Amino acid sequence: MSALELRVAAVEPLSPLVTRFRFEDPAGATLPLFSGGAHIVVEMPDEDTLRRNAYSLISDPLDGSGYEIAVRREDAGRGGSRFMHARVKPGDTMRVTLPINLFSLDLRAKKHVLIGGGIGITPFLAQLRQLQRLQMPFELHYAARSRAEAAGLALLPDLPQIHVHISDEGNRMDLGAILGSQPLGTHIYTCGPEGLIAAVDETGARLGWPKGALHSEAFLAPPPGTPFTVTLKSGRKIEVGAHQSLLEALEAAEVEVDWSCRGGACGRCETGVSSCHGRIEHHDHWLSDEEKAAQTKIMPCVSRFTGESLTLDL
Amino acid sequence: MTLNFNDETFRGDYTFRNSPAAIRRFPFPFDQDSYMYSVNLEPHAGGREGSPFQNRFDVDEHYVAEMKDREITLTEDPLRCQSLPHMELAGWDFLELVMVSKSEDYPELFTLNRDGDRWHWINRPLGIEQRFTFLDPTTLPCGPMEYITRQTQGDHALLDQRDGNLWMDAGMVTSQADWSLDFDIGMNFYEWHAPVPKANEMGVFQRALKFLLNLQQGAPVRRLNWTMTVNPRLDTSPENYHKWGPEKRTITPENVGEKQHLRVELQTLWRLPRSNAIAFPIRCYLMSLEDIVSQPKWGRRLHRVLRDLPDELAEYKGFAVNRPVIVDYLSKFDDGAETSPGIFPD
Repeated sequence: MSALELRVAAVEPLSPLVTRFRFEDPAGATLPLFSGGAHIVVEMPDEDTLRRNAYSLISDPLDGSGYEIAVRREDAGRGGSRFMHARVKPGDTMRVTLPINLFSLDLRAKKHVLIGGGIGITPFLAQLRQLQRLQMPFELHYAARSRAEAAGLALLPDLPQIHVHISDEGNRMDLGAILGSQPLGTHIYTCGPEGLIAAVDETGARLGWPKGALHSEAFLAPPPGTPFTVTLKSGRKIEVGAHQSLLEALEAAEVEVDWSCRGGACGRCETGVSSCHGRIEHHDHWLSDEEKAAQTKIMPCVSRFTGESLTLDL
Repeated sequence: MTLNFNDETFRGDYTFRNSPAAIRRFPFPFDQDSYMYSVNLEPHAGGREGSPFQNRFDVDEHYVAEMKDREITLTEDPLRCQSLPHMELAGWDFLELVMVSKSEDYPELFTLNRDGDRWHWINRPLGIEQRFTFLDPTTLPCGPMEYITRQTQGDHALLDQRDGNLWMDAGMVTSQADWSLDFDIGMNFYEWHAPVPKANEMGVFQRALKFLLNLQQGAPVRRLNWTMTVNPRLDTSPENYHKWGPEKRTITPENVGEKQHLRVELQTLWRLPRSNAIAFPIRCYLMSLEDIVSQPKWGRRLHRVLRDLPDELAEYKGFAVNRPVIVDYLSKFDDGAETSPGIFPD
């Protein structure tokens, strides 16, 4: 995974829970441009743990002067976002990967409708700049519970295509109205909680939308769980802590595993399972339902295990 | 490095020739004495000095003649260059990649000056000077992909990435090993590979696709592919099969060394920044058997590879009809000695 060493140029709180970080090249070089929807993986050296979290880029894809991300502090998470909020200061140097896009715009669309829930607004901040630059028709819907929590408000330009829905103010997003009034050839992109994505899919199905016109990205962080143990081919045992992913535990034990998105979407860390006595808790969007049921493969970036023993092909 | 560009043809009188230096730098595709498909991708991050792997886009003595041949093919059949409407941004990405790479790697041949979106491009071998506005197609004589691929050796496909697949949605294809852009345009990765025997059952395409969907910017990869072509013809297309197909029947034991060519493709794959598409240049190198056997290691190895190749592969690559004559010719250059590892000549 090629990485860049970048300087933290700015740290700016946007709401009580969300902070914006800006990275620039220490020598002022132009960074590689990217496409809207791309993310970077940020490395966080946290004591004896090397954390790696993926964050969507929110800055202008055609502006190579810096990369910006918005990080929501997850107090119940594994610790990456707490590290970003508590420890990262302007002037620090951090390693980030080159941008990777698993949620790009379908440029065939006649119109793009972007639906972001909560912190799920982030990939759309870059996409809407790309759409403006390409002069493509779009509309963006941003849903948040309350104005205080709606960190995205500070990042959204004042445009007639942008609609903000604050449920506390009685202005809930009406998906039926949004999906029911679009011209043919429109594509819908949803990012946010699983419930929002499911609701868009259901509404789309009810209104006869083609599946290929509905795109979504769940911001999938490795969920914490109960500790478990895996066994390697050599017989070596690796303990996975409650707030650690299997991939992180393997990395801490210096077991080589390929990875890219660290969010269960890209397929890169797929690992074979040679024996499984128990149940794999599959959390990824990569394996098919049949593959998940067979329990012969696991995505160590997000999935966990409960039971007697799990042996990996590593 | 000084390059002299050959005055040569790839059709009609076939005056194409490889100089002694071009023979030594030929990308011989076999690193062992046998061949089977594999996901043989490696980083395209330079290579041995003087080899075709050294620079991002190899420019060699055939450059000017190849571009003239492309022009003839395009005039006869404009559908060799197509770009679906959503691929224009990918075309600009690719134009930038080629112009930046060539001007940095061959400063004596190519110059690119950029002032914001106002670009100034000089291509000395082809005598082209162009001022244009980046991302404004009205400032170029044709679309960005067509513009730059009329100045870049090899065929080029631009692959859109969506729905967990790659789609052949744009390309410039005039020097192909018997496939058609006009037929494949709009197809996905599995569809355009459907005619390839054996590889699908081996899971090659599934693994390759998964790898490519994760291809990173700044980390291009390459692989070599090969086939056999009678006469040094770039345009071995299905559209013109009536012109080159019958030439396969002209091979005799007397002329096989001169007429039969090994055709090697240096394929590279690049993630493009703004469009998230993948650029897939397929650069063709041709060399006659008599030039190949001038390097004893290659003569021995090519004999063993072609002699032992499974029938389906010889059939698919279109040289089954001439295999006995080719193998017989090459056998005279195979004394049974061991060959050294790797693709480079001894």
